[in-house]
Amino acid sequence: MRIDIDKDLCIGAGQCALTAPDVFTQDDDGYSTVLPGREDGGGSPLLREAARACPVSAITVSEAVG
Amino acid sequence: MTDTTAPAAPVAFPQSRTCPFHPPAGYEPLRAERPLTRITLFDGREAWLVTGHATARALLADPRLSSNRDHPGFPTPTKRFAGFRNRRTALLGVDDPEHRTQRRMVVGDFTLKRAVELRPRIQQIVDERLDALIAQGPPADLVSAFALPVPSMVICALLGVPYADHDFFETQSRRLLRGPETADVMDARDRLEAYLGELIDRKRLHPGTGLLDDLVRRQPRDGEPDREDLIALALILLVAGHETTANMISLGTFTLLQHPERLAELRADPELVPAAVEELMRMLSIADGLLRIAVEDIEVAGATIRQGDGVVFATSVINRDETVYPEPDTLDWHRSARHHVAFGFGVHQCLGQNLARAELEIALRTLLDRLPGLRLAAPAEEIPFKPGDTIQGMLELPVTW
Repeated sequence: MRIDIDKDLCIGAGQCALTAPDVFTQDDDGYSTVLPGREDGGGSPLLREAARACPVSAITVSEAVG
Repeated sequence: MTDTTAPAAPVAFPQSRTCPFHPPAGYEPLRAERPLTRITLFDGREAWLVTGHATARALLADPRLSSNRDHPGFPTPTKRFAGFRNRRTALLGVDDPEHRTQRRMVVGDFTLKRAVELRPRIQQIVDERLDALIAQGPPADLVSAFALPVPSMVICALLGVPYADHDFFETQSRRLLRGPETADVMDARDRLEAYLGELIDRKRLHPGTGLLDDLVRRQPRDGEPDREDLIALALILLVAGHETTANMISLGTFTLLQHPERLAELRADPELVPAAVEELMRMLSIADGLLRIAVEDIEVAGATIRQGDGVVFATSVINRDETVYPEPDTLDWHRSARHHVAFGFGVHQCLGQNLARAELEIALRTLLDRLPGLRLAAPAEEIPFKPGDTIQGMLELPVTW
């Protein structure tokens, strides 16, 4: 899986990190980031739920290409 | 939508609840009118009411809906807020990019990590209030003894507002939200702004360690944000930071006491508390009537919202959309209450939601733990709760144990 976070959209609500804490975290400024080593989602069953929880649709989850 | 040619008069909105944890009986027809319908506001004007979950999420994230209360025709839920214009309402009353700038100034203090860091302090505050309550002995009013002071103390600690002033700002916050008259709302706002202005001035001379102190310290030399901006921001953080959570604690406790089986389940397995908080948020939907105005025409669900139309989101109805939440009127800790819109959605989704969740979890878990015999001290139907035109919650909560 491939995870893209649009930092220009992110409002720091933290819903991704709340829903899938094994994939997402927030930096000190509140912005969503993917945990190191979890760039492919780490097989988390809650990955898409986390993207759906984002109030501003800043997270895109897609099948990894190649 | 059902037959849009039906001549039935639009339902009046808002209405007061008949049971504090269920939407008003008068909203019942709205549940058959998903995803949106028409309502009549107190002044006879009509507006759109969003009632469907998917449509609500789409529209709350749509930049063609504005939160700017200065737009002529912005919907007003109640008489006392009519004419209440041309005053800065930080965060919830502004659109991007201004909103984004304001949110960025404070968002670092409302992250999940920050909420985790604050948990020991929240626990200490909750423990102290319960120690005092137990020492005093039953009966007690849980609103004034617990539900209000806990979030009030937490937001004071976070912002750097002296809790010694709580009688003042709690009273004025109450008047700001509930009046009863427009003059009360205006006067309460004047008093809160004057108080926060003086507090900010003092912090400029003698900075402390709260969020307001940080904002004063970070204030760049070009004057942005200026003193008025800081006052407006502080006002929203202080009022939103204690009133809403207090209502969730009081109404959440009342709801638990009225659902003994769910309460027993929670006592038996405290691991369920986070899920219970989420389900209570969904079920109670205390901010029931989020307001927007269309700044462009919007085609949605076969209808056209015209530029200038008021749009209202009935969170209590949206969060009981049975296509998303089966048996929506049933309190169930094992359902997924996720994706409810009790904290809103889109760029304005509640800034303090991570803090609120931490406070609610700690407050409810500790309350149930420390007071195993907790019960109402008056007949449930005699306990007063708030009218439908403001944040929902209990006015009093007489309990014994």
